[in-house]
Amino acid sequence: MDNNVILTMRGISMTFPGVKALDNVDFTLRRGEIHALMGENGAGKSTLIKCLTGINAFEAGEIHVEGIQGAVVNHSTLDAQKKGISTVYQEINLCPNLSVAENLFIGREPKNKLGFINWREMIKRSEKIMKDLDMPVDVTQNLEEYSLALQQMIAIARAVDMDCKVLILDEPTSSLDDSEVEKLFKLMNQLKAKGVGIVFVTHFLEQVYTVCDRITVLRNGQLVGEYPIADLPRVKLVAAMMGKDFDDLASIKSEEAPVFTDEDILIDAKGMSHKGTIKPFDLQIHKGEVVGLTGLLGSGRSELARVIYGADKNQTGVLKVNGKEIKVNAPIDAMNLGMGLLPDDRKAEGIIGDLSVRENIILAMQAKRGVFRLLPMSKQIEIADEYIKLLQIKTASRETLICQLSGGNQQKVILARWLATNPDFLILDEPTRGIDIGTKTEIQKLVLKLAGEGKSLIFISSEIEEMLRTCTKLAVLRDGEKVGEITESLSQETVMKAIAGGGDTNE
Amino acid sequence: MKKIKINSNTLLLLITIALFVVMYAVGCILYSDKGFTNLQTFLNLLINNAGLLCVACGMTCVMLTGGIDISVGSLIALDCMLLAVGMERWNQNPILLCILVLAVGVVFGLVQGFCVGYLKIQPFIVTMAGMFFARGMTAVICTDQVSISNKFFVSLAQMKISIPFGAVTNRRGVLQIPFIRITVVIALVVLVLVFLMLRYTKFGRSLYAVGGNESSAVMMGLDVKRTKLKAYVLSSFLCSIGGICFCLNTMSGNVQQAKGLEMDAIASAVIGGTLLTGGVGNVIGSFFGVLINGTISTLVKTNGKLLSSWSSIAVAALLCFFIVLQSVFAKIKDSKK
Amino acid sequence: MNNIKKLTSKALFLPIFCMLLVMAANIIYDAANGNFALNFFTISVRNGVLYGRLIDILNRGSEIAILSIGMTLVVSSSAGTDISVGSVMSLAASFCCMLLAGYGTAATTELAVPLLVGVLGGILLACVCGAFNGFLVAYLNVQPMVATLILFSAARAIGLLCCNNLIVYVRNDSFKMFGGYLGFIPTPIVIAAGCILVMAILLKKTALGLYIQSVGINKKASRIAGLNSGKIIFLCYIVCGLMAGIAGIVASSRISSADSNNIGLNYELDAILAVALGGNSLGGGKFNLAGSVIGAYTIQAITTTLFALGVSSDQAPVYKAIIVIIIVAIQAPPFNAWVKRLSAKRALAKGGV
Repeated sequence: MDNNVILTMRGISMTFPGVKALDNVDFTLRRGEIHALMGENGAGKSTLIKCLTGINAFEAGEIHVEGIQGAVVNHSTLDAQKKGISTVYQEINLCPNLSVAENLFIGREPKNKLGFINWREMIKRSEKIMKDLDMPVDVTQNLEEYSLALQQMIAIARAVDMDCKVLILDEPTSSLDDSEVEKLFKLMNQLKAKGVGIVFVTHFLEQVYTVCDRITVLRNGQLVGEYPIADLPRVKLVAAMMGKDFDDLASIKSEEAPVFTDEDILIDAKGMSHKGTIKPFDLQIHKGEVVGLTGLLGSGRSELARVIYGADKNQTGVLKVNGKEIKVNAPIDAMNLGMGLLPDDRKAEGIIGDLSVRENIILAMQAKRGVFRLLPMSKQIEIADEYIKLLQIKTASRETLICQLSGGNQQKVILARWLATNPDFLILDEPTRGIDIGTKTEIQKLVLKLAGEGKSLIFISSEIEEMLRTCTKLAVLRDGEKVGEITESLSQETVMKAIAGGGDTNE
Repeated sequence: MKKIKINSNTLLLLITIALFVVMYAVGCILYSDKGFTNLQTFLNLLINNAGLLCVACGMTCVMLTGGIDISVGSLIALDCMLLAVGMERWNQNPILLCILVLAVGVVFGLVQGFCVGYLKIQPFIVTMAGMFFARGMTAVICTDQVSISNKFFVSLAQMKISIPFGAVTNRRGVLQIPFIRITVVIALVVLVLVFLMLRYTKFGRSLYAVGGNESSAVMMGLDVKRTKLKAYVLSSFLCSIGGICFCLNTMSGNVQQAKGLEMDAIASAVIGGTLLTGGVGNVIGSFFGVLINGTISTLVKTNGKLLSSWSSIAVAALLCFFIVLQSVFAKIKDSKK
Repeated sequence: MNNIKKLTSKALFLPIFCMLLVMAANIIYDAANGNFALNFFTISVRNGVLYGRLIDILNRGSEIAILSIGMTLVVSSSAGTDISVGSVMSLAASFCCMLLAGYGTAATTELAVPLLVGVLGGILLACVCGAFNGFLVAYLNVQPMVATLILFSAARAIGLLCCNNLIVYVRNDSFKMFGGYLGFIPTPIVIAAGCILVMAILLKKTALGLYIQSVGINKKASRIAGLNSGKIIFLCYIVCGLMAGIAGIVASSRISSADSNNIGLNYELDAILAVALGGNSLGGGKFNLAGSVIGAYTIQAITTTLFALGVSSDQAPVYKAIIVIIIVAIQAPPFNAWVKRLSAKRALAKGGV
C-alpha cells in the first residue's frame, strides 16, 4: 500500500428502503491532496460521506485510516472527529446563540487550573485563528450576527483547528461569493501544504479544476472511476457523471419550437418579491410553455416560484392570471386559480409520511373541494388507482404508507397529487432530485406531455442538461435577483455563462 | 470595554428589570403607609420567595436546553411532606432527612432525565407524569397536614441574620433592624453558583449549545443525551433544595402544598428572558422574574381587599404577555433573514 | 409468533388489551374475596335505574371520554397536549353556576337565569378558553403545553373569582339532571355517547380527519397542498375547549355545585392517558378516536379498581403516571430500536447454536 494514503474505503455498500444508495464503492485519499468527489444529485456522494462520518451505517465494506490498526467503523461524528476526520456541511452546524469564540472551542474549551473555562484565553486564541484566516470577525459576538458565508468560514476554521488528518467539505461553497470562495481556496491550499487530505464535494466544475488534484466520480451509487485531474478534461468529467443515458434523453424534445403570442399569457408577474429571498421580478408564462428557472442553489430560483404560488408571501408588485389581477395570500388561493407546486424538499414539504399513498394523492384535490365535501371513498380509490397506473408508481398497494416508498415513487405520488387537481399551471421544483435515471426520463417526458396539452409549467433543476431538454425559455437568477431570460440558442455554455454572471467579478 | 449591543434578547431582560422597578415603585407610592418603602419589605420578598428562586434557577437550566420541568411544584410538596413526616412521625434527624430529600431529588431527576434524554420522550409528558407521580406519592406518605415542631428545624427557620444598614424606627419608637433568614442565604448561594456554572463550565455552555441547535451540538461532538440528563437532575436537585427552603418557610407538609409553583417558576424564567425554544437565558433574568412574581403577590396581599387568586391570574397574564413578546421577536428575527 | 405480531399491530390492540387486563384483575379480586366472580359484569335495575359496576364505570368515565375526544384532536394536530382541560372544566362549571345562582350567591334552589343560558354560557366560556389556547399555538407558534400551562393555573383562579371564593351550590332538579338519570340510564352516559357520535359522524362524513392528521404529520407539506394548518389547529383547540366545557357542566351537575378547586382535578392526566392508551402517538399525526374512547373507559375502570383496592383519589395519580411513562416509553423510537437490536442479537445467538 502506498505510504501516502491516509484513508481508504473499500467495497462500501448500503441500501435505503427500495434504493441501492451505494454499491461496492472504493475511495482513496492521500496525504496533502484535494480530492473532488463528483456526481449528479443522488449519485451517492453524501451517503458515502455519511458512511465515513458515522451518520449512516454501511452494510458491507471496510474503512482504513492511517495510524489506526484494523478496520474503522465510526458510530458518530464525534467518533470520526476523534480519529481525525472532520466534516463541514453545506448547512451550518454551529450554534447561532453562542459567540464565535465558543463555537470554535465548544467541547474543548481552554480551562484554568480550577477546571473553569478560561474565557480570556479562548477569546485570544479565537482572535488569532480569525486573524490568520484574515476574517473580520468580533469573536465575542453571537454567531447569528454574521452572514451565512462567514458562518461557513467559521465552521471550517473550527474543523481546521481540531488537527484533523482528513477534512471533508460537503458543498461548502454554495453560499459563498467569489472572493469568499477564493479565501476558502487559499485556506485549503494552506492545509494541503500541511499534509491534510481534503475531500471536496461540490457542484461547481470551475472550482474543481481550480483546486483539486484528483477526482472520484460516482453515478447511481456506483464508482465510475478515480482520475488525476489532468487525465479528465471537463467534457469527459461531465460524460462520466451523466453516463450513457445522456444521449437517450436528448432525443425526447421535438425539434420545432412552439410560437407564443401575447394572447396566450397565463401568468404575468410584475415586480413581485419576498423580502430577503427574492428581489422584485417580472415573469410571463404562456399557455403550453415550459419555463426553466436556473441559477445556483440559493440564487432565488425556488423562492421566485414560491412567491408566485403564495407559499412565501408576495410583498410588492402584482400577479395577473389570465389577464386578471389577483391576490394570493396562501397556497390554497393559488390552487383555486389552477396552480400547483411540487416543492424541492420532498421530505419536509412534499410527502405526508404517515398517510397512505391514496390519501397523499387525493389531499390537494380534497383541499380544493373544502372540508365538508369529502370525496367518496369509491372515487378516492378510483383516482388513486388511476394515477398509480398512469405514473407507474411502484407500491405494494394504494394503502401503503408513502414513507415506505422509494424517493422516486414518492415524487411520483406528489406529482399525482397535483395532476389529480388538473392544474393549468404547475411548478416543479427539482422534481428529479435524488431519483433514478429511469424515473427522471419519465418525469421529463411527462413535463413535455403536459405542455403539449396546453398546460404551463415552471421547471427548476440544478441539472442544466435536464432543463435544456424540457424548457422553451430559461430565466436566470443570481443572488436573489432575476438577471435575465434566455429564449434563443439554449445551450449548456450560454446558460453557464449567464449563471456565472460574466464580467462583474468583483461582487 | 466593548459596547454591548442591544439585541432582542438583552432587550427582553431590560424590559423585565424596568418592569420590576416600575412595579415596585408603584407599590411604594400606593402603599407607602403600609411600610412598602421599608427595606424589610424587599427582604421579605426574598424570604418568601427563596424556595422559588432555587426552583427557578433549575428551571432556567432545563429551559436552556429547550425542555421544561413541570414536576417541580409537586416535588416540593413531596419534599416538604418527607421532611414533616420524617421529623414528626418517624422521629428522624432533620439533617439526615435533608440529605434524603436531596437524594430523592437526584433520583427523580435521573428518571426524568433518562426519559427525556435517552428515550427522547417529550419533556412535557415526562415531567407531567412526574408531577402527578410526586403529588400522588405525597398523598401515599400522608394525607394530613403535618406541622413541624422539631427544635433544631424550628430554630433554623427562625434564625435571623441582621443587615447592618437600613434600620428604621417604627411608630412605637422601637428600632427595627432589617433581617434575612437562612433560606435567603441558601437561595442566593444557589443563584451565584448556577450563574458561575452556566458561564464557566463546559456543562453550562453545553446547555446553551443543546438549546441553540441540537443537531449542531451533536455534530460538534457534545453528548446531548447526557447533557439533558444532567439538566433534569440539576433541576430536580435544585428543586429539592428549594423544597427545604420552602419547608423552612411553611414549617409543614401538605398534599396541596406548592400547587401551581411550576407555573411561577416557568413564569419567572420566561419573564427573565429565557426563551421557551431554548438557548437563550440567564439566571440573573430569572432572579428578576422571581422578584416580579413576589412583588405581584405582595401587592395583592398588601391591598388586602383583592382575592388571592388575583395574583396567580396576574402571573399567568404576565407569562402570557412575555410568551407573546418572545413569539413576536422570533417572527421579526425570522423575517429579517 | 407471527400471529401474535399481527394481533399486536392492530390499531385497537393496546386499549382493548388493557381493558381486558383490568377486567381480569377485577374478576380475580372478586374471586379472591369470595364474591361472585363475575360481579364486575352484573347489571341490575334498582329503584328504576340501571345499577352495576360496569354501569358505574361508564357513568363516571363520561367526563374522561368526552375530554379524550378533544384531546385526541389536539394531540393529533399539534403534537402537543392540552393540559388546561381540567382547569377549563372547573372554570366552565364555576361560570355556569355563577350565572345560574347569580354572582355572590353561595347556594340557591331557584335559577337566576334560564337553565340553557347558564349551561351554554359555561360551555361558551370554555370554547373561548380553547380559542385562547388555539390562538397561542396555531398563530403564535407557542409550544402547546406551555400555552395551555397558562390556563392550567389561571382558569381555576378565574373560576374562584367568578364564585367570589365560594363553593356555589345550585340545588335545582333541572340542573341536577345532567349528572343524574335520563329515564333509567345515567345522563352522563347519554351525553358522552352523543358527543362521541357527533364527532364520529363529523370525522366520517367530512374531510376533517384527513386534514387534522395531515397537518399533524407534516404542517409545511399540508400548507403547500392547500390546507390552512393554522385554522385547523385552532379549530382543534376550540373543540377541545368545547368538550372540556361539556365535561365541566356534567361534573358540576353531579355534585350540584361549582367547587373550583376540585372539579376536574387531575383530569388532564386521565385525558392524556386515555389518548396514549388508545394507541395514539403523543407525537401527533395519525389518530384513532375509538381507541381514545376505549382508553378513557379503561382509565375509569383502572380508577374504580384502584378505589376498590383502597387507594385514595389523591394517590391514584401515582399509578396512572407510571402507566403513562411506560406507554410513551414503549412508543419511543429509541426504545423500539433497542428492542430490535436485542431480538436481532437473540436471533444471532440462536443461529450460532
